[in-house]
Amino acid sequence: MNVLYSLLLVLALVVIPLIGAGALGWHTLFGVFIPLFAVVVFLVGFVYRILDWGRSAVPFRIPTTGGQQETMPWIKQSKLDNPSTTAGTVGRMALEILLFRSLFRNTQTQLSQGPKLSYGSSKWLWLGAIAFHYSFFIIVARHMRFFTEPIPMPFEWLDKLDGILQIGVPTLYLTEIVILAALAYLFLRRVVVPQLRYISLPADYFPLFLILAIVISGILMRYFIRTDVMDIKTLTMGLATLNFSVPEGIGVIFYIHMFLVSALLVYFPMSKLMHLGGVFLSPTRNLANNNRMQRHINPWNHPVKVHTYQEWEDEYREQMKEAGLPVEKE
Amino acid sequence: MSKLPAADTLAASIDYTPPRKPWMEVPAEFRPGVYSYPANPKNLKILDFPNPRQWAPEDDDWKLPENWQEIIYEGFKERLHKYRSLKVFMDVCVRCGACADKCHYFIGSGDPKNMPVLRAELLRSVYRRDFTMAGKILKSLSGSRELTEDVIKEWFMYFYQCSECRRCSLFCPYGIDTAEITMMGRELLNLLGLNINWVMEPVANCFRVGNHLGIPPHTFKDIVDFMCEDIEDITGVKIDPPINKKGAEILFVTPSGDYFADPGTYTFMGYLMLFHELGLDYTMSAYASEGGNFGLFTSAEAMKRLNAKIYAEAKRLGVKWILGGECGHMWRVINQYMDTMNGPADFLDVPRNPLTGTVFSNARSTKMVHITEFTADLIKNKVLNLDPSRNDNLNVTYHDSCNPSRAMGLLEEPRYVIKNVCNNFYEMPEQTIREQTFCCGSGSGLNNEEFMEMRMRGGMPRANAVKHVQEQYGVNMLSCICAIDRAALPPLMEYWVPGVDVTGVHELVANALVMRGEKERETDLRGEPLPGKEG
Repeated sequence: MNVLYSLLLVLALVVIPLIGAGALGWHTLFGVFIPLFAVVVFLVGFVYRILDWGRSAVPFRIPTTGGQQETMPWIKQSKLDNPSTTAGTVGRMALEILLFRSLFRNTQTQLSQGPKLSYGSSKWLWLGAIAFHYSFFIIVARHMRFFTEPIPMPFEWLDKLDGILQIGVPTLYLTEIVILAALAYLFLRRVVVPQLRYISLPADYFPLFLILAIVISGILMRYFIRTDVMDIKTLTMGLATLNFSVPEGIGVIFYIHMFLVSALLVYFPMSKLMHLGGVFLSPTRNLANNNRMQRHINPWNHPVKVHTYQEWEDEYREQMKEAGLPVEKE
Repeated sequence: MSKLPAADTLAASIDYTPPRKPWMEVPAEFRPGVYSYPANPKNLKILDFPNPRQWAPEDDDWKLPENWQEIIYEGFKERLHKYRSLKVFMDVCVRCGACADKCHYFIGSGDPKNMPVLRAELLRSVYRRDFTMAGKILKSLSGSRELTEDVIKEWFMYFYQCSECRRCSLFCPYGIDTAEITMMGRELLNLLGLNINWVMEPVANCFRVGNHLGIPPHTFKDIVDFMCEDIEDITGVKIDPPINKKGAEILFVTPSGDYFADPGTYTFMGYLMLFHELGLDYTMSAYASEGGNFGLFTSAEAMKRLNAKIYAEAKRLGVKWILGGECGHMWRVINQYMDTMNGPADFLDVPRNPLTGTVFSNARSTKMVHITEFTADLIKNKVLNLDPSRNDNLNVTYHDSCNPSRAMGLLEEPRYVIKNVCNNFYEMPEQTIREQTFCCGSGSGLNNEEFMEMRMRGGMPRANAVKHVQEQYGVNMLSCICAIDRAALPPLMEYWVPGVDVTGVHELVANALVMRGEKERETDLRGEPLPGKEG
């Protein structure tokens, strides 16, 4: 059911611009106002969420230590998995964010007769995740061609690199294949693995379908339902420079693509997609394990009721004296 | 108490197929063996905790306070503000499922709500409804739900089926730590007076008497004296450990499990023998006679109230620094919380080993050193006269206790000590040791009798790895550095891997330790004949 709801929701998001920009011809609304609104919601929402997390205190240092602590010099410390310095922590975060290190560790547990448990390395999720995220990132960066003039060299290079196989005209991008495969994998494992199906919410399927729809509409526009790229660039440059112009003759497929991207931008800050920001703020990863070396302050540390030594001795003084234990008051 | 099924029956009952119904429609089912008994009201009264009363999880009416929903709402709101961990962990999970098969309780029970992701969703579903825009607009489509009494019952069930071992956190791409979620869940439950006795009784005892078991000072002294007699019988060396001695250089704090029950007692004897042999100027305290801190399993406030005694006593006795015994969560509290909660310990010196001169600069702020750090340093500097062949009847493996491994990173020191006092040491498979270690199945206050079925289920992955080295290398001794392990692992071994005993590291040290003036030893600390003395 969760799959169906999410699919229907994305189909509805396709129908809206189909009618609005297609049948009704509201090109300015779908080409300018909605995208601008979406960008504003995305930026404001994203910043708000980060600030909101930032407003909460980090009372204690609670890094998950994934290796040997810093101790005596003759014992080798695991500087990246159990960092005690800022440099080590930055290294740990970089590995986490750029290479998905924790996911790389993933194992799969198997129970066979006996009972006998075995743990095998399982890197498929890591591979799927890294393929998805990097191709998504490259695709977004490639799109900067539409929002810059002249186009900075790195974006040009990326474009060349992505089309390095030079298959067909226009050149097939590698990332389009990779992201389709990765999305298909990420979706299928949710449907096929019983445990994953059990934990999956509409909020898990919806973004997968939405991004899939964005990719498909982009591919359609590039290879099958052609629309004039120069016209699109005029429109997107207008958005980037806030000097709007909506050329006639842009195909409705473009407005569908643009609307779906807008939907993603609006959805982003209020959804699990915020893990993009949250991964930087996780206290089990972004803190050094140096609690015993340096004092760390809890902003809300308040006094608590304790049972003092004096109160305690008052209760046990006689027995203590009898047992020959020293007391403060005779 | 429930009857525990035979090991093969229990293993055969594990089924990883999730129910047909969505998880929100499957209520928690309280049957004997899978939940712990509620706290005795007298323990809550000692601590001024809310809603002390008689109740039972199998009852329909849990006698919650009238405004219980408001209490949870306000409590949740307060904690979201106080803990960024909670807020971020509520928001960023993508339910990728990497954690799912990392939890020992899931592996042993197959209950999907023991998957860390779902355990956290129990809270998240309520969080979304009350604290997020999407939840308010999209209702159940966002994965949110009403806070009903059934939800509270489910929280009680599953937050007391988590041992806060953090194994899931290691594998989570965002480091989401179910220990944090469980701690928050338990804090919220405590606001309604929903607690378990195996946690609250130790907290109340520790607060009032000084240790979990409620052993008063004179009895503590009796126990220590009794152990000294045993030590004299075995070694011929007479020792007299100081208690509450002012002006000693070092305060020694260890979990009460070490002086309460076997096999912890042998580890305790090991400490006493080592300190005597070194001529260490130390003292124990009958007031701070507990290293463990069940407050960690209750609330940050309870943890702080109990932990306060260590620094207070160090100050009163005028020691220079503190040495801590083998204990799991005690070290989590010391490493992650103590200095922040009850510091600064500016009345103490940076710890320095008086025998080797080594300065423990990794403890320069807390002023507290782990005994395996201390002993490893002694061995490295060849201070001790050791005869590892006295442990030759043992094939030893080592269980990394969860907290020292995943909330501290103490991995090499105990191994170094063990390898120097035993000739036969074998590691368990790498996915089950060091930072990937499995829980004993009874951590975080869940090592009670009535919870035995879940303990055996949760401990199965650990037991299975031990069984592997038993079959492979003939391992017959499982060492560890945690008092809860020493209480929890013996029944676990007996159930899944008969023939394997459990020991602390310092029991092995004491067996190998050649003491000045000792007579020729015939037996180990357990009274078993030493190798070659079987006669």
